[in-house]
This record gives sequence, structure tokens and C-alpha cells, in this order.
Amino acid sequence: MERDSVFHNDRLGAPRNPLLDELPSYQSLLYRRKPSASGSTKRRGSSRTRLGSSSSGKWGQTTVARQYEEKHRTQTLQRPVRELPKPMAEKRRDKDQRLEQAKDLSSWSQWRQSTRRTLRRLKEDGFEMLSNLELWRGDIHVIEGMFGTGILSYFSFLRFLVLLNFVMFLLMFGFVMLPIITAPHASGNTTFNHVDGFECSNYPSTSRRGLVVFHQHITDLLSGAGFLEQTYLFYGYYKVETIHFPKFTYNLPLAYLLVTIAYLFLSLIWIVKRSATGFKRKLVQDEDRFQSFCNKIFAGWDFCIVNDSAARLKRSSLLYELKTDLEEERIKQKIADRTRKEKCRIYVIRLILNLFVIAVLAACFYSIYIATNFSQKAQMTKVNFILDLIYEYLPSIVITLANFITPLIFSLIIQFEDYSPAFEIRFTLMRCVFMRLTSICVLLVSLWGQITSCQEGNCVCGYNHILYPCWESRVGQEMYKLMIFDFLIIGAVTVFVEFPRKLIVDYCDCGLAKWWGQQEFAIPQNVLEIVYGQTICWIGTFYCPLLPAICTIKYFIIFYIKKVTLVNNCRPATRPFRASSSNFFFLAVLLIGLALACVPVTIGIAQISCSQACGPFINYTTSWEVVPRTVSQLPAGARTFLLAISSEAFAVSLFVITCLAMFYVIALAGAHKRVINQLREQLVMDGRDKRFLIQKLCQAQRTCAIRSTGSGFQSHSSDRVSPSYRSNSGVFLVQPPPDSATHV
Amino acid sequence: MGTTASQLRKDLLSEYQELTFLTKQEIILAHKRFSELLSKEDRNIPTPRVPMEKVLSLPELKSNPFRKRICHVFSTSDMKDGSLTFEDFLDLLSAFSDSATLEIKSHYAFRIFDFDDDGTLDGGDLEKLVNCLTGETDGTRLTTEEMRQLISNILEESDIDKDGTVNLSEFQHVISRSPDFVSSFKIVL
Repeated sequence: MERDSVFHNDRLGAPRNPLLDELPSYQSLLYRRKPSASGSTKRRGSSRTRLGSSSSGKWGQTTVARQYEEKHRTQTLQRPVRELPKPMAEKRRDKDQRLEQAKDLSSWSQWRQSTRRTLRRLKEDGFEMLSNLELWRGDIHVIEGMFGTGILSYFSFLRFLVLLNFVMFLLMFGFVMLPIITAPHASGNTTFNHVDGFECSNYPSTSRRGLVVFHQHITDLLSGAGFLEQTYLFYGYYKVETIHFPKFTYNLPLAYLLVTIAYLFLSLIWIVKRSATGFKRKLVQDEDRFQSFCNKIFAGWDFCIVNDSAARLKRSSLLYELKTDLEEERIKQKIADRTRKEKCRIYVIRLILNLFVIAVLAACFYSIYIATNFSQKAQMTKVNFILDLIYEYLPSIVITLANFITPLIFSLIIQFEDYSPAFEIRFTLMRCVFMRLTSICVLLVSLWGQITSCQEGNCVCGYNHILYPCWESRVGQEMYKLMIFDFLIIGAVTVFVEFPRKLIVDYCDCGLAKWWGQQEFAIPQNVLEIVYGQTICWIGTFYCPLLPAICTIKYFIIFYIKKVTLVNNCRPATRPFRASSSNFFFLAVLLIGLALACVPVTIGIAQISCSQACGPFINYTTSWEVVPRTVSQLPAGARTFLLAISSEAFAVSLFVITCLAMFYVIALAGAHKRVINQLREQLVMDGRDKRFLIQKLCQAQRTCAIRSTGSGFQSHSSDRVSPSYRSNSGVFLVQPPPDSATHV
Repeated sequence: MGTTASQLRKDLLSEYQELTFLTKQEIILAHKRFSELLSKEDRNIPTPRVPMEKVLSLPELKSNPFRKRICHVFSTSDMKDGSLTFEDFLDLLSAFSDSATLEIKSHYAFRIFDFDDDGTLDGGDLEKLVNCLTGETDGTRLTTEEMRQLISNILEESDIDKDGTVNLSEFQHVISRSPDFVSSFKIVL
């Protein structure tokens, strides 16, 4: 018979006691062994009934065992058959058994069960159909087979962003553009914004006149000026104030503003919902290590890998990861053993290096500021085609260069700061994220500085109306240029750097090839690229409403570019990026981008006076003013309600209630943690108790066996049995009857 | 209950749909792939059995270090030779499918990792598991000292009752807190 014992023989140093098989805890751990003809359900059922008749009744186990059996049966009855870990033949038998039992039930419960089954099947068919519509399912499956789940998470993140941008575009289109387009067809009467003829509302046309050279069209296309400026692409074109449809009036400025707020909220909710599981686990786990050893060993192998070379690489990366983690344990020990003098030295070094990092960041930001100012001034005078284009794109070029150089500097510096390897990576990443996302904000700040600075000191219209008659369109153009340039750079790097690198490494045997090595698909840098693009989209959609559509197309094409370069040029990274921590990292960086994007949008809406020559907000001082004005026109009930919600009293009381709820939940979590620790200790103690008792039992059995062989079978007589010394009952089990319950 | 080489009967199809986590398309695809593994003579017998070597030639299993254990765990053969019938094959795909519950996956994962089939994961099982993951050759193994450190770390994290082995409940408990398990324990044809 096979060993089904919970405890090993070797440690107990005694022959296996069949008593162990009857322990309720062991019975609940039993899983099906070899498929015998009788099947395990019969075995479990019969063993329990036979237990009742055997002489082990003295333990009082029969009642306990029967209770367990009942509980198990009702538990398995509640679950659908396919969730039982048994082979197909047994599941079929279970299903037939249940159908038979169901016949005994009333017709009402029968009908209920059958409807439940049909509903479940309908739901599954529905999900199957939906999953067929999933974008890029086949491509992602191929990537998963070749590279594992770490890189897969990058591509599913990309797919998520495509969907998000498409939904944002639908929002903008549906609420802002569609009414304008369908107004003539739906017999709507559009009233346009009243252009007064003040000097602030003077908007010279920027479309080119006369003979236009071809390359000027290309400049216009790439910079959003010229013929593109007065199109749906930019804020300035939306001059509509209200649209009077037959049944209702449509307030376009209000719709424009609300859609902006709506898409920011929608992005926030969607991202948080998507990352809910990752965050929950991170917060619930009380260990510091997000990736524990158990996670690496038990969930370490990607069973979806199909490729032989990928499997080999996965093995070597796992080996590398395990060695690094074990090394890190040793380093942690070393860190804990540091002397005070060493600590001081390290802190001083870290302080100096952090100051250096801040200096580098400040230098980059200053160069972006200078580049923006220079570019704005240079756009006034046209020299020639190429130089014009370079001046237009100067901020983008400087940002890209800074984003290229600073990660190299950071990864060089961090080696001197003597952190643990995992922390090094995370810290470098955080610095790169900060650099990338803040550079956009610096660009915007310098742009706004230009817009609100006039020659006379105090601007008449609130902004520099001479240079920027329609400043929102200019901001929109800058965002448009950033996006286009980002896309061109990604394409250019793939074509001009990665493919030649592959060719060199493959065909050339020189030292350069060996030193450079084959391209690795660096997930963090790629993720930062697309989060950067998404942040631009969030900031720029208010000024350039068609930007989400451009972003959707851009990410769509980037998917195929990245897939091609991954399959042809890259090998999997030696440092593995786990799927779970990847998802957490991607969504965390995306949330940082969203938070950073909200700041310029809020300032642009609420603080800076909107231009009076173009756009839907001509008659308001700031864009936000639409809302108070609309609220004051609402009926009295709704108005008082909205005013009450936005009052301080409401905000303060909401804050206090939220704090109370948070404290309660924290206290509850602390109490649960204490209970869990107590239960753990109790489990350890119980395990030890069990081992101790079994040892004693085996000892007693041995002595009894010796005694019984010496004095014949008199031990069977019940006179000898003393209720306090239970070991006698164990005697029965030393020589078990042939049809013992526990043996099959 | 035989399946012909060409078609799967409709009632069998719906029964398999109910008894496994696979969708209709997946079952039909599985039937096609299974039939390709059968030799000519086997196609006509009612419940054909594919020997383990043929199953291991599937691309999804070929590079998997646990392929032999998987075959042994899901095989219902009396000779314990790891051969699979079509229903065993469906059980295998069902346990590894996207919609299988965590309990099923962890149950079968435990059995796959239990190399000596004794119901618990002890030090020997864990060592064999780690060697499977890192590679069989000498250059790719951990040193003895590292292995010892690793196994003691694993037991420290997962062995709740401190008996030196990981039993099924402890394994399921540690898997429920492992965020990567569901996404990595997946085989899709």
C-alpha cells in the first residue's frame, strides 16, 4: 500500500500506525490516489461506515468522522461538479448521482436547478463570444509562448491603453463634435460666439494664401499650424455657444468642460479598478517582500512557454533570480551588521549623490525652459524649411535627449549608493519616471510664462494677445508636436538602431558586437515611453480634442512595431520581470502620470483667463466660469442642493466621516492580524502535541505487544482494559482485522 | 463511450462542457489535436490511449520541465505508465485553462510537485522541484549551501505547523497569496 501518511516514518522512528489514517484532519487532506474501480466516493463513504463497526469506536471517532463526511458531502454538493479534482469518469458518476438525488427533490427545486444551469451556460457562451472579439488575442498568445508572462503584461497594458484612448475619443466626439456636425441635419440652430471687435478678439487668419510650396504643407502637418489650425483638431475652431435643437438647447461650453472632467475621472476609475487585485494583495500581505520565495518557486515556471530556447532562457533567468535573491538576503544581513562609522560614510555619500541628481534634473529642466522660449521666439521669423522644423520641434528634441541621457547617469550613480539590488532598480525607475513626467510640466510652465508675459508688464486681456491671439490652440499645437515627435522617435529607434544592432551582432564578429550584445526588451523603459505618451494625451485633450484618436492610432501601430522588434531582435531579459509586480508597477506609474496630468489641466481651466478671440469660452473670464453661471440658471431646488454639496460644512463633515471609517478599518485589520498570529502559534503547538501523543502511543503499543506475545492473547479480554490507559485499545489496531477500513 | 476520429458527438460535447472548464471551441480543438496523436490502428478502438512519449511530443508540453509529472498525475492508466485517454487529456486542459478555479489549480499543482507521491512536499520534493526549474546540468544548479538556504526559506514561509513538510492545506494557503500563480499555471492550445 502506498504511504498516505501525514507524518513521515523516519522522524517518528516507529512503524506506521494505521491510527493515523483515521485522524479527521488526515481524512480531510486525502485526495484521490489511484483510480480503482470502486472510485473514491465509495471509498470515503464505505470507510466511514466501516469505521463505525470496527472496534476503534472507543475513540469516539465515528461521530466525528460521520459529521465530517456529512459536511464534505454537502460542501461538494453545493459546488458544481467540474470544480472537483477528480478524473472525468468520477465526475460523470458524481453528476449522475446528483441527478438521481435531484429527482427526489420537489419539482420547484428541480426547476430552480435547471434554470440555474441554463443561465450559467448562457453566461459562459456570452463570455466566450466576447473573448473572441478581444483585440490581438492571437498575437498575444504567440508572444506569451515565446517570452513568458512578464513581457506579456506589457502588451496587455498597451492593449488597455488603446481601449482607454478609444473610449476617450468617443466621449469627446459624442458630446462635443457630434452636436456641431449634426446640428444642420437635425434642424438645430447654432448661435456662434459674439466676436466684439475689441483688440483682444482679433484673430488673424493663419492659413496660407497665394502660392503655397509643397513642403510648407508638410511643415503644417507636422506642427499643426497653417491649414490644420482652423479645423476640429484644435480648441480654437469650436466657436459655438449654444445649439438650439427643437426639443432642448445644448450648451456646448458646458459640455466641453464636463467632458474634460469626465474623461479624467473615467481614466482614474478604470485604472483603479484594473489594479484593484494587485493593490489589495500588496496591502494585505504583511510581509515586506512582494515576491516571496514561495511565489518564485511554486509559481515560477510559465506553463505557457512553447519555445525551447525560451524555456532554456527562462530557466537561466530563474536561476539568476534565485541566486540574486539569496545574495540579497546575505547583503541584508551585511547591512544590518554595519558599524556606525560605515553608516555615516554611506549617508554622506548618498547625500552628495542625491544633490548631484537634483542638480542634473535642474539642469535638464532649465534647458527645456530655454529651448521652449527660444522655440516660441523663433517661430515668429521663418528662415527655411529644415531650420523652421527644428525650431518648432526644439522642446521635443531637448526632452527626448534628456530622457535618453538621464537614465544612464542614474544607473551609473546608484552603484555608488550601496543599496540592496532590488531597491536600486526601484529607485532608479522612480527617478526616471519623475524625470519624464515632470519635463512635460516644465514645458507647459515655460509656455504659460511666455503666454502671460506682455511687454507692458500687465496684460490687457490677461494674456499676451499680440503674440498669442488664441493661446489654447498654441498649447494644443505643442502637445500635438510632442505626440508626433514621440511616435517618430519610437519608429526611428526601432528602424535605425535595433535592426542594425541585430544585423551587426549576427553577422559581424568584431569587439563592438560582443560588447554591445543582443538587444534586450527592457520593459521599464518601454513602459515609461508609453506612459509619457498617455500623459501628453491627458493634458492635451482639452486643447486638442482629436488627440485621443491620434493616440489610439499611435498605440495601435506601436503594438505592431514592438511585436516585430521583440520577435526579431530581442532576447528575453536576464532580469525577469514578474507579471504580478509588472501590472502593479505599470498601473502605479500610469496613476502618477494621471495625477501629474490633472495639475496643468486644472490650472488651465481655473486659473488662466481664456482667450477672447477663439474657442467656446469667449464670453467667460476663465473656462471654469461656465459651471457657476449654469448653476445659477438652474431651478432653485437643484441650485441649493449643488451649493450645499460644494460648501465647506459638507466637505469638512465628509472628511471627518472618512477619517473615522479609516480608523475603524485599520483597527479591525490590526485585530485580525493578532488573531492570525495567535492561530499560527496554536497550530504549531497542536502539531507538536500530535507528534508527542503518537510517540507515546507507539511506545505503549510496543510495550503492550511485547507483553502480549509473552502472555498469549489474554490482552483481548476487556478486564484488562482500563479506561484511563487507552493504549489497550491501540492493541486491537496493531493486528488489524483483514477488512480494516483504512486499507483498500 | 467512444469518440470517432472525425467527429465528436453533440451530447458528449455538451457533457464535456459541463464537466470541465473548457469552452466548446477548446474541446473541439483538443479533440483534433488528440486525434493527430493517435496511430492508425488506435483510431478505431472505443477509448484509445496515447502513450506518454507521444503526449510529450506536443509543443505545449515539450519544453516543460514538469511534463512527465503532468502525464503521471492526469493519467488514469492502471499500469502507471503516464498514458492518457481523451478524457484524461480534457481533464489536463481543464485544470490548466483560464477559467479553472484556484482550488483546482493548486490541487493539481501540489500533486505535480509531489515527486514521491506521498501526500506532502518534503525537502527532497522541494529540491527536485528547484532543480527542475533551474536546469538539470551541473552548471545550472544551485550550490548545496544555496539549496539549503532556499529550502529553509521556503519552509519558513509556508510550513505553518512546523513539521518540516508542506501539506496540501499549507500549499493552498501559500498559493492563495501568490499573485503570479494563476497567470503562470496556464496551458492553452
